[in-house]
Amino acid sequence: MYYSKLKVLKVLTGIAVAVCFASSNLALAKVEGDTITLGAAVSLTGKYTTAGNHTKNGYDLAVKRINEMGGVTVGGKKYKLAIKYYDDESTPARGAQLAERLIQQDGITFMLGPYSSGLTKAIAPVTEKYKIPMVEGNGASRSLFNKGYKYLFAVLSTSEQYLAEAINLAAEQAKNDGKKLSDLKVAVAVENDPFSLDIRAGVLEVMDGYGMQVVIDDKLPRELNDMTSTLTKVKALKPDVLVVSGHSKGAALVTRQVEQQKVNVPMIALTHCESAGVNDVEKFGNAAENFLCATQWSEKMSYRDDWFGSAGDYAKTFEEEYEYVPPYQAAESTASVLVYADAIERAGSFDTGAIRDALAATEMQTFYGNIKFDETGKNIAKPMALRQIQGGEYKVVAPTNWAETSFIHPRPMP
Amino acid sequence: MDSLLILVDAPVFAGQLLINGILVGAIFALAAYGLALVWGVMNIINVTQGEFVILGGFITLYLSLAGIHPIVGIPVAAVALFFVGWIIYKIVIFRIVDRDLFTSLLATFGISILLQQLMNEIFGADVQTAQTDFGTILLFDGMVTVANIQIVSFVLALVLGVVLVIFLKRSRMGQTIRATAQNAQAARIMGIDPDRVFAFTYSLNAAICGAAGALVVMTWVIHPFLGLTYTVRSFMIVIVAGLGNLAGVVAAGLGLGALEKFAGFILGAEFEAAFVFSLLVVILVLRNLAMSRKRKYLK
Repeated sequence: MYYSKLKVLKVLTGIAVAVCFASSNLALAKVEGDTITLGAAVSLTGKYTTAGNHTKNGYDLAVKRINEMGGVTVGGKKYKLAIKYYDDESTPARGAQLAERLIQQDGITFMLGPYSSGLTKAIAPVTEKYKIPMVEGNGASRSLFNKGYKYLFAVLSTSEQYLAEAINLAAEQAKNDGKKLSDLKVAVAVENDPFSLDIRAGVLEVMDGYGMQVVIDDKLPRELNDMTSTLTKVKALKPDVLVVSGHSKGAALVTRQVEQQKVNVPMIALTHCESAGVNDVEKFGNAAENFLCATQWSEKMSYRDDWFGSAGDYAKTFEEEYEYVPPYQAAESTASVLVYADAIERAGSFDTGAIRDALAATEMQTFYGNIKFDETGKNIAKPMALRQIQGGEYKVVAPTNWAETSFIHPRPMP
Repeated sequence: MDSLLILVDAPVFAGQLLINGILVGAIFALAAYGLALVWGVMNIINVTQGEFVILGGFITLYLSLAGIHPIVGIPVAAVALFFVGWIIYKIVIFRIVDRDLFTSLLATFGISILLQQLMNEIFGADVQTAQTDFGTILLFDGMVTVANIQIVSFVLALVLGVVLVIFLKRSRMGQTIRATAQNAQAARIMGIDPDRVFAFTYSLNAAICGAAGALVVMTWVIHPFLGLTYTVRSFMIVIVAGLGNLAGVVAAGLGLGALEKFAGFILGAEFEAAFVFSLLVVILVLRNLAMSRKRKYLK
């Protein structure tokens, strides 16, 4: 009988503690004293470790900078920012669980996004359920923005925009060369996964607008180890543009095989050049010379804001702090925090509804680019950029107003 | 079917596909030799094939990054993998040699997961490839191209195949391997130590995979989790060729490679694998029919 009494006691204590937590939930609201605490689950272990750390560093740098400049002003009072992190172990289920924990137990009312579309997809339903706003910079999948989410805001360009700019550039080039757009032939080879298929959808949509022809539309298998059958087709049909997206494996393989097979296409556009290291001479020689690579952001672009100055200044600050050049994953994470700071100031309160509305009305420039959300929460003010590998270096060539140098076309025979 | 018309109009591209396919098949055939050997001699389906290939690739990559030409990686990876194979045999494989197939499948599957994660920890999860500067041969005005490294792979696959056959037929070790494969107990009575033979066979398999891996990193790309492709493909080749038939393994490897490339060209890259697997089903059904006609199988 002793044990059962103890059990009853335990249960009662449990209930009492739970009630305490539940009632204190609202009072906590994660603005304690002069500190506003944001919450985030990021990947610090598992397959996204590298990118997860970029994300965290980006967030931390923003918080540090904002606090150095005095913090965020609400109702005439200055507040500092802080972030409560959990490691989501690169698994979506864990991410969703941690989002619940941040909101329910830690009383977080402002969420920042995790790394990758998959994790964001797992966390967004949770933040939506509790009507807690989430600003993210690392979930680009189109499927995040057709669910009618009201509390999700993304500062980055979505996946269908990744290579659409390459088609615009091809159209511009064709006009300059006096070619008819309907004569332009495009070969598309993307990996057979949701993210790459989004990219393909975006490319095909823009091509439709110009009336260009799709001559190859291959979906590369996930366990991709050889793409010579696609490249043989490219040789036979001689397209004007070859568009390839298959994560870093696809980028590495196409770079290797275009050179081996001497495939001659005037314009080749890829994603994931940076993570595949295609301009690394030790691994690829100069096989990737004059390839076009899609990027969310480059430190060479002329955006600026009051916190960091220009994109170049941001890169310098980041490098001083973390001793490596900021990849775009870090830049877009920093931008997410800046958007929050701006919205909280404009809302002038900590009411999550008011802050959501302030976020929805955001219209600002950051070092990362212009930010304005449409009704689905995606940023429609920032285009993707294209960098061309010239002499082994990435150079911004499109959009034209940010071009560092002119676009080399056609690509010389490898 | 537009793609089919290209092949009719410009048969030169069919030549390109055939060459690519045969050269791709050669590397798969290498991994398949080892599988056939281990399967035939020890009755173990070694699911670790692909990881041995990738590990050979990483060894070659690090040689290349250290400034040594990656071609040296072929023998180095083979020797290194021979020892890796020996160690794995001494720790795990000898325990499962005379167990049933499920035990050995599970055990080697476990080793393959372990190797994947170890490679992920040690070498990182980035996609890697090694630069050979070997160049490419251009034929028919550059319409057909053959990378020299692919020719190296092809020649190596053939030479290794021939050497293996001679080794198994002529050498003392080869004879003991065959004797053990036929009847391990009788071999033991004749004074052969089956344990040594098994250890050698398993290590030899790992060594061949290592050499294949060196070729893979020079021709394509490697990644800690990319091994499964090679395991599955070598398994398929052995099924099609039939056990104990090294010449068949070469033919099946090259043939499947070529057919795969044609399927990819005509139907689209997404159907490459699907086509090869459908073909496997057809071959198995046909073979079963032929065998039942010869009354080799009793229904």
